[in-house]
Amino acid sequence: MQGTLMVSSSPHLHCGMNTRDIMRDVIIALIPALIASVWLFGFRALAVEVVCVASAMAAEYLSRKVMKRPQTINDLSCVVTGLLLAFNLPVTIPLWQAAFGSVVAIVVAKQMFGGLGQNFVNPALVGRIVLMGSFPDTMNNWINPLAWTGKVDAVTGATPLALLAEDAAAQIDPLSLLFGLRGGCLGEVCAIALLIGGIYLVIRRVISPLIPLIYIGTVFVLAFVCGENPLIHILSGGLMIGAIFMATDYATCPINKWGKVVYAIGCGCITVLIRLAGSLPEGVSFAIVIMNILTPLIERFTRPRPFGEERKAVRS
Amino acid sequence: MANKYWQTFSKGLIKENPVLRLVLGTCPTLAVTTAAVNGLGMGAAATFVLLCSNIVISLLRKLIPGKVRLPAYIVVIAGFTTIVQMLVKAYLPAIDRSLGIYLPLIVVNCIILGRAEAFAGKNSVGLSALDGLGMGAGFTAALIVMGGIREFLGNGTLFGWPEGGIIPPITIFVLPAGGFFVFGMLIWITNRLSTKLEHKDTRKELTETVCAACPMAGNCHGEGAECHE
Repeated sequence: MQGTLMVSSSPHLHCGMNTRDIMRDVIIALIPALIASVWLFGFRALAVEVVCVASAMAAEYLSRKVMKRPQTINDLSCVVTGLLLAFNLPVTIPLWQAAFGSVVAIVVAKQMFGGLGQNFVNPALVGRIVLMGSFPDTMNNWINPLAWTGKVDAVTGATPLALLAEDAAAQIDPLSLLFGLRGGCLGEVCAIALLIGGIYLVIRRVISPLIPLIYIGTVFVLAFVCGENPLIHILSGGLMIGAIFMATDYATCPINKWGKVVYAIGCGCITVLIRLAGSLPEGVSFAIVIMNILTPLIERFTRPRPFGEERKAVRS
Repeated sequence: MANKYWQTFSKGLIKENPVLRLVLGTCPTLAVTTAAVNGLGMGAAATFVLLCSNIVISLLRKLIPGKVRLPAYIVVIAGFTTIVQMLVKAYLPAIDRSLGIYLPLIVVNCIILGRAEAFAGKNSVGLSALDGLGMGAGFTAALIVMGGIREFLGNGTLFGWPEGGIIPPITIFVLPAGGFFVFGMLIWITNRLSTKLEHKDTRKELTETVCAACPMAGNCHGEGAECHE
Protein backbone atom coordinates (compact mmCIF):
# COMPACT_ATOMS: atom_id res chain seq x y z
CA MET A 1 0.00 0.00 0.00
CA GLN A 2 2.98 2.32 0.47
CA GLY A 3 3.13 5.12 -2.02
CA THR A 4 -0.22 4.34 -3.56
CA LEU A 5 -3.24 6.61 -3.46
CA MET A 6 -6.48 4.85 -2.61
CA VAL A 7 -9.34 5.86 -4.87
CA SER A 8 -12.77 4.93 -3.56
CA SER A 9 -16.28 6.27 -3.57
CA SER A 10 -17.85 7.93 -0.55
CA PRO A 11 -18.34 7.51 2.41
CA HIS A 12 -14.66 7.82 3.34
CA LEU A 13 -15.07 7.76 7.09
CA HIS A 14 -16.34 4.61 8.72
CA CYS A 15 -17.42 4.34 12.32
CA GLY A 16 -15.95 0.85 12.53
CA MET A 17 -19.24 -0.84 13.27
CA ASN A 18 -20.30 -3.68 11.03
CA THR A 19 -23.31 -5.96 10.68
CA ARG A 20 -21.79 -8.48 13.05
CA ASP A 21 -21.37 -5.88 15.83
CA ILE A 22 -24.92 -4.65 15.40
CA MET A 23 -26.35 -8.15 15.44
CA ARG A 24 -24.27 -9.01 18.52
CA ASP A 25 -25.74 -5.99 20.28
CA VAL A 26 -29.26 -7.09 19.35
CA ILE A 27 -28.55 -10.56 20.71
CA ILE A 28 -27.26 -9.05 23.96
CA ALA A 29 -30.40 -6.93 24.16
CA LEU A 30 -32.54 -10.04 23.76
CA ILE A 31 -30.85 -11.91 26.62
CA PRO A 32 -33.02 -10.43 29.43
CA ALA A 33 -36.13 -11.59 27.60
CA LEU A 34 -34.53 -14.99 27.06
CA ILE A 35 -33.84 -15.37 30.78
CA ALA A 36 -37.38 -14.22 31.54
CA SER A 37 -38.83 -16.77 29.13
CA VAL A 38 -36.96 -19.63 30.83
CA TRP A 39 -38.01 -18.33 34.26
CA LEU A 40 -41.65 -18.08 33.21
CA PHE A 41 -42.09 -21.11 30.99
CA GLY A 42 -39.39 -23.55 32.07
CA PHE A 43 -36.67 -25.30 30.11
CA ARG A 44 -39.04 -26.25 27.33
CA ALA A 45 -38.78 -22.56 26.34
CA LEU A 46 -35.01 -22.92 26.01
CA ALA A 47 -35.50 -25.98 23.80
CA VAL A 48 -37.77 -24.04 21.45
CA GLU A 49 -35.24 -21.21 21.28
CA VAL A 50 -32.30 -23.53 20.60
CA VAL A 51 -34.22 -25.37 17.86
CA CYS A 52 -35.24 -22.09 16.18
CA VAL A 53 -31.73 -20.63 16.24
CA ALA A 54 -30.06 -23.85 15.12
CA SER A 55 -32.45 -24.43 12.23
CA ALA A 56 -32.19 -20.78 11.17
CA MET A 57 -28.38 -21.07 11.07
CA ALA A 58 -28.54 -24.36 9.17
CA ALA A 59 -31.03 -22.89 6.68
CA GLU A 60 -28.83 -19.82 6.15
CA TYR A 61 -25.71 -21.92 5.64
CA LEU A 62 -27.33 -24.40 3.28
CA SER A 63 -29.26 -21.88 1.20
CA ARG A 64 -26.14 -19.77 0.60
CA LYS A 65 -24.26 -22.94 -0.29
CA VAL A 66 -26.93 -24.10 -2.75
CA MET A 67 -27.10 -20.67 -4.38
CA LYS A 68 -23.29 -20.55 -4.57
CA ARG A 69 -23.18 -17.17 -2.86
CA PRO A 70 -20.62 -15.99 -0.28
CA GLN A 71 -21.34 -17.34 3.20
CA THR A 72 -23.04 -14.83 5.47
CA ILE A 73 -23.60 -17.00 8.50
CA ASN A 74 -20.92 -15.10 10.42
CA ASP A 75 -22.89 -11.85 10.47
CA LEU A 76 -25.15 -13.43 13.12
CA SER A 77 -28.32 -12.03 11.54
CA CYS A 78 -29.78 -15.53 11.26
CA VAL A 79 -29.30 -15.99 15.02
CA VAL A 80 -31.36 -12.84 15.63
CA THR A 81 -34.07 -14.04 13.25
CA GLY A 82 -34.22 -17.45 14.90
CA LEU A 83 -34.34 -15.97 18.37
CA LEU A 84 -37.04 -13.44 17.47
CA LEU A 85 -39.13 -16.16 15.86
CA ALA A 86 -38.81 -18.34 18.97
CA PHE A 87 -39.91 -15.38 21.09
CA ASN A 88 -43.06 -15.24 18.97
CA LEU A 89 -44.10 -18.84 19.56
CA PRO A 90 -46.05 -20.42 22.40
CA VAL A 91 -44.01 -22.73 24.63
CA THR A 92 -46.10 -25.78 23.73
CA ILE A 93 -45.34 -25.68 20.01
CA PRO A 94 -43.99 -28.97 18.57
CA LEU A 95 -40.29 -28.53 17.88
CA TRP A 96 -40.52 -29.56 14.22
CA GLN A 97 -43.07 -26.81 13.64
CA ALA A 98 -40.70 -24.28 15.19
CA ALA A 99 -37.93 -25.50 12.89
CA PHE A 100 -40.28 -25.28 9.90
CA GLY A 101 -41.02 -21.66 10.79
CA SER A 102 -37.32 -20.86 11.00
CA VAL A 103 -36.59 -22.39 7.62
CA VAL A 104 -39.48 -20.48 6.01
CA ALA A 105 -38.24 -17.25 7.61
CA ILE A 106 -34.67 -17.65 6.40
CA VAL A 107 -35.15 -19.32 3.02
CA VAL A 108 -38.40 -17.83 1.74
CA ALA A 109 -38.48 -14.40 3.34
CA LYS A 110 -34.77 -13.63 3.34
CA GLN A 111 -32.52 -15.63 1.02
CA MET A 112 -34.95 -15.88 -1.89
CA PHE A 113 -34.99 -12.09 -2.04
CA GLY A 114 -31.19 -11.83 -1.95
CA GLY A 115 -30.23 -12.14 1.69
CA LEU A 116 -29.80 -9.65 4.49
CA GLY A 117 -30.76 -6.12 3.49
CA GLN A 118 -32.78 -7.26 0.48
CA ASN A 119 -35.70 -8.75 2.38
CA PHE A 120 -38.81 -6.60 2.03
CA VAL A 121 -40.49 -7.90 5.19
CA ASN A 122 -39.17 -8.98 8.55
CA PRO A 123 -38.22 -12.67 8.19
CA ALA A 124 -39.13 -13.63 11.78
CA LEU A 125 -42.62 -12.18 11.33
CA VAL A 126 -43.12 -14.06 8.07
CA GLY A 127 -42.15 -17.24 9.92
CA ARG A 128 -44.69 -16.48 12.62
CA ILE A 129 -47.49 -15.64 10.19
CA VAL A 130 -46.85 -18.78 8.12
CA LEU A 131 -46.97 -20.86 11.31
CA MET A 132 -50.19 -19.12 12.37
CA GLY A 133 -51.75 -19.93 9.00
CA SER A 134 -50.43 -23.48 8.99
CA PHE A 135 -50.98 -24.70 12.53
CA PRO A 136 -53.73 -22.59 14.12
CA ASP A 137 -54.24 -25.13 16.92
CA THR A 138 -50.72 -25.34 18.24
CA MET A 139 -50.12 -21.63 17.71
CA ASN A 140 -53.02 -20.73 19.99
CA ASN A 141 -52.25 -22.97 22.92
CA TRP A 142 -51.37 -20.67 25.81
CA ILE A 143 -49.83 -21.93 29.02
CA ASN A 144 -49.97 -19.88 32.17
CA PRO A 145 -46.53 -18.67 33.26
CA LEU A 146 -44.90 -20.55 36.14
CA ALA A 147 -47.21 -23.51 35.49
CA TRP A 148 -44.10 -25.67 35.03
CA THR A 149 -43.21 -25.20 38.70
CA GLY A 150 -46.48 -26.86 39.68
CA LYS A 151 -47.43 -24.04 42.05
CA VAL A 152 -50.07 -22.51 39.81
CA ASP A 153 -53.52 -24.07 39.65
CA ALA A 154 -54.65 -23.44 36.11
CA VAL A 155 -52.35 -24.69 33.37
CA THR A 156 -53.87 -23.17 30.26
CA GLY A 157 -55.25 -19.67 30.25
CA ALA A 158 -56.40 -16.98 27.89
CA THR A 159 -54.05 -14.19 26.88
CA PRO A 160 -54.85 -10.70 28.18
CA LEU A 161 -55.96 -9.59 24.71
CA ALA A 162 -58.30 -12.56 24.44
CA LEU A 163 -59.73 -11.53 27.81
CA LEU A 164 -60.12 -7.97 26.53
CA ALA A 165 -61.98 -9.25 23.50
CA GLU A 166 -64.39 -10.99 25.88
CA ASP A 167 -64.88 -7.79 27.90
CA ALA A 168 -63.18 -9.33 30.91
CA ALA A 169 -60.64 -6.53 31.36
CA ALA A 170 -61.25 -6.41 35.10
CA GLN A 171 -59.37 -9.69 35.53
CA ILE A 172 -56.14 -8.15 34.32
CA ASP A 173 -53.64 -6.47 36.61
CA PRO A 174 -51.30 -4.13 34.68
CA LEU A 175 -48.48 -4.68 37.18
CA SER A 176 -48.43 -8.43 36.54
CA LEU A 177 -48.21 -7.67 32.81
CA LEU A 178 -45.04 -5.68 33.42
CA PHE A 179 -43.30 -8.73 34.87
CA GLY A 180 -44.78 -11.12 32.35
CA LEU A 181 -47.16 -13.04 34.60
CA ARG A 182 -49.60 -13.75 31.82
CA GLY A 183 -50.23 -16.19 29.01
CA GLY A 184 -48.53 -15.50 25.73
CA CYS A 185 -45.58 -16.17 23.47
CA LEU A 186 -42.14 -16.95 24.91
CA GLY A 187 -40.43 -13.60 24.58
CA GLU A 188 -43.31 -11.17 24.43
CA VAL A 189 -44.69 -11.56 27.93
CA CYS A 190 -42.06 -9.91 30.13
CA ALA A 191 -42.37 -6.23 29.23
CA ILE A 192 -39.67 -5.11 31.65
CA ALA A 193 -37.03 -7.42 30.15
CA LEU A 194 -37.87 -6.14 26.68
CA LEU A 195 -37.65 -2.54 27.88
CA ILE A 196 -34.19 -3.19 29.35
CA GLY A 197 -33.08 -4.60 25.99
CA GLY A 198 -34.58 -1.64 24.16
CA ILE A 199 -32.81 0.88 26.38
CA TYR A 200 -29.51 -0.95 25.82
CA LEU A 201 -30.01 -0.76 22.04
CA VAL A 202 -30.82 2.96 22.19
CA ILE A 203 -27.74 3.67 24.35
CA ARG A 204 -25.55 1.67 21.97
CA ARG A 205 -27.17 3.67 19.13
CA VAL A 206 -28.19 0.49 17.36
CA ILE A 207 -31.78 1.67 17.00
CA SER A 208 -33.30 5.11 17.09
CA PRO A 209 -35.94 5.45 19.81
CA LEU A 210 -38.27 7.15 17.33
CA ILE A 211 -40.10 4.10 16.01
CA PRO A 212 -40.70 2.29 19.34
CA LEU A 213 -41.80 5.45 21.13
CA ILE A 214 -44.19 6.63 18.42
CA TYR A 215 -45.53 3.12 17.79
CA ILE A 216 -46.29 2.47 21.46
CA GLY A 217 -47.51 6.05 21.92
CA THR A 218 -49.94 5.73 19.02
CA VAL A 219 -51.37 2.54 20.48
CA PHE A 220 -51.65 4.20 23.92
CA VAL A 221 -53.49 7.25 22.58
CA LEU A 222 -55.79 5.32 20.27
CA ALA A 223 -56.69 2.80 22.97
CA PHE A 224 -57.43 5.68 25.34
CA VAL A 225 -59.57 7.46 22.75
CA CYS A 226 -61.50 4.26 22.09
CA GLY A 227 -62.31 3.90 25.78
CA GLU A 228 -60.03 0.93 26.47
CA ASN A 229 -57.48 0.68 29.25
CA PRO A 230 -54.37 2.03 27.47
CA LEU A 231 -51.91 0.53 30.00
CA ILE A 232 -53.18 -2.98 29.37
CA HIS A 233 -52.99 -2.40 25.64
CA ILE A 234 -49.37 -1.32 25.55
CA LEU A 235 -48.20 -4.01 27.98
CA SER A 236 -49.99 -6.99 26.47
CA GLY A 237 -49.66 -8.90 23.26
CA GLY A 238 -46.56 -8.61 21.15
CA LEU A 239 -46.46 -4.83 21.12
CA MET A 240 -43.27 -4.35 23.16
CA ILE A 241 -41.18 -6.92 21.31
CA GLY A 242 -42.67 -5.83 17.99
CA ALA A 243 -42.07 -2.13 18.50
CA ILE A 244 -38.55 -2.48 19.91
CA PHE A 245 -37.05 -5.39 17.99
CA MET A 246 -39.06 -6.00 14.85
CA ALA A 247 -40.42 -2.68 13.60
CA THR A 248 -36.90 -1.25 13.84
CA ASP A 249 -35.34 -3.78 11.44
CA TYR A 250 -33.01 -1.71 9.21
CA ALA A 251 -33.88 -3.38 5.93
CA THR A 252 -37.63 -2.93 6.27
CA CYS A 253 -38.23 0.45 7.92
CA PRO A 254 -37.84 3.91 6.37
CA ILE A 255 -34.49 5.69 6.65
CA ASN A 256 -35.60 9.29 7.17
CA LYS A 257 -36.99 10.81 10.33
CA TRP A 258 -40.38 11.70 8.84
CA GLY A 259 -40.58 8.38 7.12
CA LYS A 260 -40.04 6.67 10.46
CA VAL A 261 -42.78 8.79 12.04
CA VAL A 262 -45.31 7.91 9.35
CA TYR A 263 -44.28 4.24 9.52
CA ALA A 264 -44.61 4.03 13.30
CA ILE A 265 -47.99 5.79 13.36
CA GLY A 266 -49.20 3.43 10.65
CA CYS A 267 -48.06 0.41 12.68
CA GLY A 268 -49.89 1.73 15.75
CA CYS A 269 -53.11 2.45 13.88
CA ILE A 270 -53.25 -0.97 12.20
CA THR A 271 -52.45 -2.72 15.50
CA VAL A 272 -55.32 -1.01 17.33
CA LEU A 273 -57.63 -1.53 14.37
CA ILE A 274 -56.98 -5.28 14.33
CA ARG A 275 -57.20 -5.57 18.11
CA LEU A 276 -60.48 -3.70 18.45
CA ALA A 277 -62.27 -4.34 15.18
CA GLY A 278 -60.64 -7.44 13.69
CA SER A 279 -61.44 -11.05 14.33
CA LEU A 280 -57.95 -11.77 15.68
CA PRO A 281 -57.13 -10.72 19.25
CA GLU A 282 -53.62 -9.52 18.29
CA GLY A 283 -52.42 -7.58 15.28
CA VAL A 284 -48.82 -6.51 15.88
CA SER A 285 -47.26 -8.94 13.42
CA PHE A 286 -49.69 -8.11 10.64
CA ALA A 287 -49.38 -4.38 11.33
CA ILE A 288 -45.59 -4.48 11.05
CA VAL A 289 -45.63 -6.65 7.93
CA ILE A 290 -48.16 -4.35 6.22
CA MET A 291 -46.07 -1.28 7.04
CA ASN A 292 -42.92 -3.15 5.88
CA ILE A 293 -44.57 -3.56 2.51
CA LEU A 294 -45.56 0.12 2.44
CA THR A 295 -42.03 1.25 3.35
CA PRO A 296 -40.79 1.87 -0.23
CA LEU A 297 -43.84 4.08 -0.80
CA ILE A 298 -43.22 6.02 2.41
CA GLU A 299 -39.58 6.49 1.42
CA ARG A 300 -40.64 7.89 -1.92
CA PHE A 301 -42.81 10.57 -0.35
CA THR A 302 -40.34 11.53 2.40
CA ARG A 303 -37.24 11.75 0.26
CA PRO A 304 -35.25 14.79 1.34
CA ARG A 305 -34.61 17.60 -1.11
CA PRO A 306 -30.95 17.49 -2.21
CA PHE A 307 -29.01 20.53 -1.05
CA GLY A 308 -29.19 23.32 -3.61
CA GLU A 309 -32.12 21.93 -5.55
CA GLU A 310 -35.01 24.30 -6.12
CA ARG A 311 -38.33 23.75 -4.44
CA LYS A 312 -41.07 22.50 -6.70
CA ALA A 313 -42.55 25.50 -8.46
CA VAL A 314 -45.91 26.49 -7.03
CA ARG A 315 -48.61 25.99 -9.60
CA SER A 316 -50.08 29.34 -10.54
CA MET B 1 -44.70 -33.00 -41.79
CA ALA B 2 -45.32 -35.25 -38.83
CA ASN B 3 -42.69 -33.28 -37.02
CA LYS B 4 -44.72 -30.10 -37.48
CA TYR B 5 -47.83 -31.72 -35.99
CA TRP B 6 -45.84 -33.08 -33.06
CA GLN B 7 -44.33 -29.65 -32.44
CA THR B 8 -47.74 -27.99 -32.51
CA PHE B 9 -48.95 -30.44 -29.91
CA SER B 10 -45.88 -30.61 -27.69
CA LYS B 11 -45.13 -26.90 -27.40
CA GLY B 12 -48.07 -26.54 -24.99
CA LEU B 13 -46.59 -29.04 -22.55
CA ILE B 14 -43.46 -27.24 -21.39
CA LYS B 15 -42.04 -24.72 -23.86
CA GLU B 16 -45.20 -22.63 -24.13
CA ASN B 17 -47.09 -24.06 -21.17
CA PRO B 18 -50.08 -21.69 -20.93
CA VAL B 19 -50.02 -21.31 -17.15
CA LEU B 20 -46.38 -21.67 -16.25
CA ARG B 21 -44.69 -20.05 -19.25
CA LEU B 22 -47.26 -17.66 -20.73
CA VAL B 23 -48.85 -16.96 -17.30
CA LEU B 24 -52.37 -17.04 -18.73
CA GLY B 25 -55.43 -18.29 -16.87
CA THR B 26 -53.89 -17.75 -13.45
CA CYS B 27 -57.26 -17.03 -11.84
CA PRO B 28 -58.66 -20.59 -12.07
CA THR B 29 -55.15 -21.96 -11.52
CA LEU B 30 -54.79 -20.31 -8.14
CA ALA B 31 -58.39 -20.65 -7.09
CA VAL B 32 -59.24 -24.29 -7.79
CA THR B 33 -55.95 -26.08 -7.13
CA THR B 34 -56.59 -26.73 -3.45
CA ALA B 35 -56.90 -30.42 -4.34
CA ALA B 36 -55.52 -32.52 -7.18
CA VAL B 37 -58.94 -33.76 -8.24
CA ASN B 38 -60.17 -30.18 -8.66
CA GLY B 39 -57.19 -29.50 -10.90
CA LEU B 40 -58.04 -32.55 -12.98
CA GLY B 41 -61.71 -31.52 -13.29
CA MET B 42 -60.89 -27.94 -14.20
CA GLY B 43 -58.19 -29.04 -16.65
CA ALA B 44 -60.45 -31.56 -18.37
CA ALA B 45 -63.32 -29.08 -18.68
CA ALA B 46 -61.06 -26.37 -20.08
CA THR B 47 -59.36 -28.80 -22.48
CA PHE B 48 -62.73 -29.87 -23.86
CA VAL B 49 -63.80 -26.26 -24.43
CA LEU B 50 -60.40 -25.39 -25.88
CA LEU B 51 -60.40 -28.32 -28.31
CA CYS B 52 -63.97 -27.75 -29.53
CA SER B 53 -63.69 -23.98 -29.81
CA ASN B 54 -60.36 -24.26 -31.65
CA ILE B 55 -61.90 -26.63 -34.18
CA VAL B 56 -65.04 -24.55 -34.75
CA ILE B 57 -63.18 -21.25 -34.91
CA SER B 58 -60.66 -22.72 -37.31
CA LEU B 59 -63.50 -23.93 -39.53
CA LEU B 60 -65.15 -20.51 -39.45
CA ARG B 61 -61.94 -18.49 -39.78
CA LYS B 62 -62.63 -17.49 -43.41
CA LEU B 63 -66.25 -16.56 -42.68
CA ILE B 64 -65.78 -14.36 -39.62
CA PRO B 65 -64.99 -10.75 -40.56
CA GLY B 66 -61.85 -9.47 -38.82
CA LYS B 67 -63.60 -6.58 -37.13
CA VAL B 68 -66.10 -8.68 -35.20
CA ARG B 69 -63.93 -11.72 -34.59
CA LEU B 70 -63.69 -11.30 -30.79
CA PRO B 71 -67.46 -11.33 -30.14
CA ALA B 72 -67.79 -14.24 -32.57
CA TYR B 73 -65.05 -16.21 -30.77
CA ILE B 74 -66.66 -15.52 -27.41
CA VAL B 75 -70.03 -16.78 -28.62
CA VAL B 76 -68.45 -20.04 -29.76
CA ILE B 77 -66.51 -20.43 -26.50
CA ALA B 78 -69.56 -19.59 -24.40
CA GLY B 79 -71.58 -22.21 -26.24
CA PHE B 80 -69.13 -24.98 -25.41
CA THR B 81 -68.69 -23.75 -21.84
CA THR B 82 -72.43 -24.01 -21.32
CA ILE B 83 -72.36 -27.59 -22.60
CA VAL B 84 -69.53 -28.51 -20.22
CA GLN B 85 -71.22 -26.81 -17.32
CA MET B 86 -74.49 -28.70 -17.89
CA LEU B 87 -72.66 -32.02 -18.29
CA VAL B 88 -70.63 -31.55 -15.11
CA LYS B 89 -73.70 -30.45 -13.17
CA ALA B 90 -75.59 -33.54 -14.32
CA TYR B 91 -72.94 -36.23 -13.94
CA LEU B 92 -70.27 -34.90 -11.52
CA PRO B 93 -72.13 -32.78 -8.93
CA ALA B 94 -69.22 -33.03 -6.44
CA ILE B 95 -66.76 -31.52 -8.92
CA ASP B 96 -69.35 -28.89 -9.81
CA ARG B 97 -69.62 -27.90 -6.16
CA SER B 98 -65.88 -27.59 -5.61
CA LEU B 99 -65.22 -25.69 -8.85
CA GLY B 100 -68.14 -23.35 -8.21
CA ILE B 101 -68.10 -20.11 -10.17
CA TYR B 102 -64.85 -21.05 -11.92
CA LEU B 103 -66.60 -23.53 -14.18
CA PRO B 104 -68.79 -20.97 -16.00
CA LEU B 105 -65.83 -18.59 -15.89
CA ILE B 106 -64.04 -20.81 -18.44
CA VAL B 107 -65.75 -18.47 -20.93
CA VAL B 108 -63.36 -15.69 -20.00
CA ASN B 109 -60.32 -17.92 -19.54
CA CYS B 110 -57.57 -16.08 -21.42
CA ILE B 111 -55.95 -19.31 -22.59
CA ILE B 112 -58.97 -20.20 -24.71
CA LEU B 113 -59.50 -16.79 -26.25
CA GLY B 114 -55.72 -16.45 -26.59
CA ARG B 115 -55.41 -19.66 -28.60
CA ALA B 116 -58.42 -18.72 -30.74
CA GLU B 117 -56.85 -15.36 -31.54
CA ALA B 118 -53.25 -16.50 -31.86
CA PHE B 119 -53.65 -19.89 -33.48
CA ALA B 120 -57.09 -21.18 -34.50
CA GLY B 121 -58.00 -18.00 -36.37
CA LYS B 122 -55.00 -18.46 -38.67
CA ASN B 123 -54.39 -22.19 -39.00
CA SER B 124 -55.99 -25.30 -40.46
CA VAL B 125 -58.45 -27.47 -38.54
CA GLY B 126 -56.07 -30.32 -37.85
CA LEU B 127 -53.33 -28.10 -36.50
CA SER B 128 -55.81 -26.11 -34.42
CA ALA B 129 -57.18 -29.27 -32.85
CA LEU B 130 -53.67 -30.43 -31.98
CA ASP B 131 -52.84 -27.00 -30.59
CA GLY B 132 -55.96 -27.09 -28.44
CA LEU B 133 -55.15 -30.58 -27.19
CA GLY B 134 -51.53 -29.67 -26.42
CA MET B 135 -52.38 -26.46 -24.64
CA GLY B 136 -55.17 -28.20 -22.75
CA ALA B 137 -52.82 -31.01 -21.73
CA GLY B 138 -50.25 -28.46 -20.51
CA PHE B 139 -52.92 -26.61 -18.56
CA THR B 140 -54.27 -29.83 -17.05
CA ALA B 141 -50.80 -31.11 -16.16
CA ALA B 142 -49.89 -27.83 -14.47
CA LEU B 143 -53.15 -27.83 -12.51
CA ILE B 144 -52.78 -31.45 -11.40
CA VAL B 145 -49.16 -30.95 -10.31
CA MET B 146 -50.03 -27.76 -8.45
CA GLY B 147 -53.17 -29.24 -6.92
CA GLY B 148 -51.24 -32.37 -5.97
CA ILE B 149 -48.47 -30.45 -4.21
CA ARG B 150 -50.93 -28.21 -2.38
CA GLU B 151 -53.20 -31.08 -1.39
CA PHE B 152 -50.33 -33.27 -0.22
CA LEU B 153 -48.62 -30.60 1.89
CA GLY B 154 -51.76 -28.83 3.04
CA ASN B 155 -53.95 -31.84 3.69
CA GLY B 156 -51.65 -34.86 3.70
CA THR B 157 -53.59 -36.65 0.96
CA LEU B 158 -53.33 -37.16 -2.80
CA PHE B 159 -56.57 -37.32 -4.81
CA GLY B 160 -58.31 -37.64 -1.46
CA TRP B 161 -56.31 -40.73 -0.53
CA PRO B 162 -55.44 -42.05 2.05
CA GLU B 163 -58.24 -41.07 4.40
CA GLY B 164 -56.97 -38.68 7.06
CA GLY B 165 -53.63 -38.02 5.38
CA ILE B 166 -50.17 -39.41 5.96
CA ILE B 167 -48.34 -36.23 7.01
CA PRO B 168 -49.48 -33.59 9.50
CA PRO B 169 -51.21 -30.93 7.38
CA ILE B 170 -49.47 -27.58 6.84
CA THR B 171 -52.68 -25.64 6.29
CA ILE B 172 -51.01 -22.63 4.66
CA PHE B 173 -50.58 -24.58 1.43
CA VAL B 174 -54.33 -24.76 0.80
CA LEU B 175 -54.70 -21.06 1.67
CA PRO B 176 -54.17 -18.46 -1.08
CA ALA B 177 -50.68 -17.55 0.19
CA GLY B 178 -49.49 -21.12 -0.28
CA GLY B 179 -51.08 -21.18 -3.73
CA PHE B 180 -49.04 -18.19 -4.85
CA PHE B 181 -45.90 -19.73 -3.36
CA VAL B 182 -46.32 -23.09 -5.12
CA PHE B 183 -47.22 -21.25 -8.35
CA GLY B 184 -44.01 -19.22 -8.17
CA MET B 185 -41.92 -22.32 -7.50
CA LEU B 186 -43.46 -24.16 -10.46
CA ILE B 187 -42.86 -21.18 -12.76
CA TRP B 188 -39.23 -21.17 -11.66
CA ILE B 189 -38.79 -24.89 -12.35
CA THR B 190 -40.47 -24.70 -15.78
CA ASN B 191 -38.37 -21.70 -16.73
CA ARG B 192 -35.20 -23.57 -15.83
CA LEU B 193 -36.35 -26.64 -17.75
CA SER B 194 -37.41 -24.63 -20.76
CA THR B 195 -34.21 -22.58 -21.01
CA LYS B 196 -32.20 -25.77 -20.70
CA LEU B 197 -34.15 -27.36 -23.55
CA GLU B 198 -33.80 -24.28 -25.74
CA HIS B 199 -30.13 -23.98 -24.92
CA LYS B 200 -29.58 -27.58 -25.96
CA ASP B 201 -31.40 -26.96 -29.25
CA THR B 202 -29.37 -23.89 -30.15
CA ARG B 203 -26.14 -25.60 -29.15
CA LYS B 204 -26.90 -28.55 -31.37
CA GLU B 205 -27.90 -26.38 -34.29
CA LEU B 206 -24.79 -24.27 -33.84
CA THR B 207 -22.39 -27.18 -33.77
CA GLU B 208 -24.02 -28.74 -36.82
CA THR B 209 -24.15 -25.70 -39.07
CA VAL B 210 -21.79 -22.95 -37.99
CA CYS B 211 -19.04 -24.70 -36.13
CA ALA B 212 -18.60 -27.34 -38.82
CA ALA B 213 -17.28 -24.65 -41.11
CA CYS B 214 -15.28 -22.79 -38.45
CA PRO B 215 -11.55 -23.35 -38.20
CA MET B 216 -11.56 -22.52 -34.48
CA ALA B 217 -14.16 -25.20 -33.65
CA GLY B 218 -11.51 -27.51 -32.25
CA ASN B 219 -10.60 -24.94 -29.60
CA CYS B 220 -13.96 -23.60 -28.49
CA HIS B 221 -15.93 -26.89 -28.26
CA GLY B 222 -19.09 -25.02 -29.25
CA GLU B 223 -18.92 -23.00 -26.04
CA GLY B 224 -18.94 -19.64 -27.79
CA ALA B 225 -22.70 -19.24 -28.20
CA GLU B 226 -22.20 -15.60 -29.17
CA CYS B 227 -20.03 -16.64 -32.13
CA HIS B 228 -22.05 -15.83 -35.25
CA GLU B 229 -19.18 -15.76 -37.73
